[in-house]
Amino acid sequence: MSRRIHPAVVGAQPFQLTARERFDGPIFETEEGKHRLEAALSRYPTKQAALLPMLGFVQSVKGWIEPADMVEVAEALDLTPAYVHSIATFYTMYNKHPVGRHFVQVCTNISCHLNRAEEVLHRFLAETGTREGEISDDGEFTVIEAECLGACGFATVVQVNDRYLEDVTPDRVPGIVENLRGGRDP
Amino acid sequence: MSFPHGSDLETTTRLSRHQGEAEARTLEGWRARGGYEALRRSLEMSPAEITEVVKASGLRGRGGAGFPTGLKWSFMPKDDGKPHYLCCNADESEPGAFKDREVIRWTPHLLIEGCLIASRAIGAEHAYIYVRGEFFEETQVLNAAVVEAYDNGLAGDGILGSSWSCDVTIHAGAGAYIAGEETGLMNSLMGNRAEPWAKPPFPAQAGAFGMPTTVNNVETLAAVPMILENGADWYRQWGSEESPGTKLWSCSGHLVRPGNYEFALGLPLSDIIFDACGGTPSGKPVKAVIPGGSSTAFLTGDELDCATTYEGLAEAGSALGTASPIVMDEDTDIVAAMRRIAQFYAHESCGQCVQCREGTSWVVRILQRIEAGDGRPADIDTLYELCEQMTGRTICVLADSVVFPLQSSLDKFRADYEARMKPTLVAAG
Repeated sequence: MSRRIHPAVVGAQPFQLTARERFDGPIFETEEGKHRLEAALSRYPTKQAALLPMLGFVQSVKGWIEPADMVEVAEALDLTPAYVHSIATFYTMYNKHPVGRHFVQVCTNISCHLNRAEEVLHRFLAETGTREGEISDDGEFTVIEAECLGACGFATVVQVNDRYLEDVTPDRVPGIVENLRGGRDP
Repeated sequence: MSFPHGSDLETTTRLSRHQGEAEARTLEGWRARGGYEALRRSLEMSPAEITEVVKASGLRGRGGAGFPTGLKWSFMPKDDGKPHYLCCNADESEPGAFKDREVIRWTPHLLIEGCLIASRAIGAEHAYIYVRGEFFEETQVLNAAVVEAYDNGLAGDGILGSSWSCDVTIHAGAGAYIAGEETGLMNSLMGNRAEPWAKPPFPAQAGAFGMPTTVNNVETLAAVPMILENGADWYRQWGSEESPGTKLWSCSGHLVRPGNYEFALGLPLSDIIFDACGGTPSGKPVKAVIPGGSSTAFLTGDELDCATTYEGLAEAGSALGTASPIVMDEDTDIVAAMRRIAQFYAHESCGQCVQCREGTSWVVRILQRIEAGDGRPADIDTLYELCEQMTGRTICVLADSVVFPLQSSLDKFRADYEARMKPTLVAAG
């Protein structure tokens, strides 16, 4: 927990645990946690504005945000835990439950819908043996349907953790799942 | 990655001319392409002079509403002694639109330069770039450019050796379409739920942190450097009197060559769909096009000769919006497509206004049963009634955004709906 970041970009971090091990314990007592908090507070005229950056930071080191984390963030920013909870539950990218090691989000919005996105989604569910939103038995996958990912010209768009896969067809899905399972490039 | 596109239609790549060139992402590469020269020039101009050039160019906001950018800047108070803020809206989230993503990931310094010039024009001491959280890879590119800008005296204190200072901060969203609405964006920036607020107060009076604020879209800000460098008349060589310049087009759906293009405003929509994008992969006729992103009205395949200007698409009964045509071929199930669009708005309604929260979800439920073949004879009338109740009665235009495609699809493809209705039982005589 000692990675430093330029204060100007402290508000942007990965939303899934991709490149690091999950950290357990009080985050803002670590050197990295203190540095992040201080960096975020230096960029806004109010303490509260550091809320989204700090929730994002918690998720980037823990993979999901549990109630105890919300209390910790609330204390760091002089907010009530209930308020932090209201924010964490408003925004869909904060995971309120653990997810599999590969978090697969399939866009089924209009442009993807026109390009067989529902088939892609069902293929992912079948290949991973899961129902939407649950973690596969081996802990590897969670598959969900996502709203527009903003890459409509490359339908169907699938986000695996923080990475976009473009032009995904149903036929490509088994190979993608196999590669992810084997720790290879999807 | 998607550049360059093969196209039979003449593209006018100005804003996007360095997209696809990996070196353009670095400061060195950007400077080699003339980058930050417009910023240098802006430092020799007064804020009023910068605003005047942008006003004269006729540049209109590229986030969908098309409000004149220079005019928006001129609403900012002068010498009021308060801190001013610029918010760059990089929350690209209108289904169909994916143009800002390309600006961010290929030409991050262009965006930073645009933000700085705009900040100078409106007297902002801090520019916040609000990027949707899903764009993590794009944000990494932008982050690197911002740090480079700080390390080279292009952001922060004493920019380019002048006495002028301006900070730039990247702020990631966390999954909320409504954060793309300007007051929702500012609420989100302040650590609130991204709920829009009723205007007034307008952002220029009391925006982010209660201070005068301007919110501009990525493409709008990215157009500013070239306008400043080449002048308003240069920009006006393209487009029409009311819609000058060039525009990025995000084309998706049933197309042979979907993707992003840049065209002079005013080409016929059919040229973009057939010449640039190659028509439908099935070779079948186009049944429908939603020209400006999912919140604009449907056009039929017979209505595509309209000019792609703000006024041209308005005359055709739709809107330019984010210039993101979603094309549907003859085999498209319009009811299913409309249901999918409505589902998005129901999911993304922030829930403050009853008309939107309840209306969007009722629209979805009715469309779902029509799609399943369980529609009731009165359903079409009920949908029309919902359209009326959801128009112009809410804090923001999210509810209206589902009405435009819904009402137009009912008007233009009524037979598609009726064909799915449950057969009415006829009393035996």
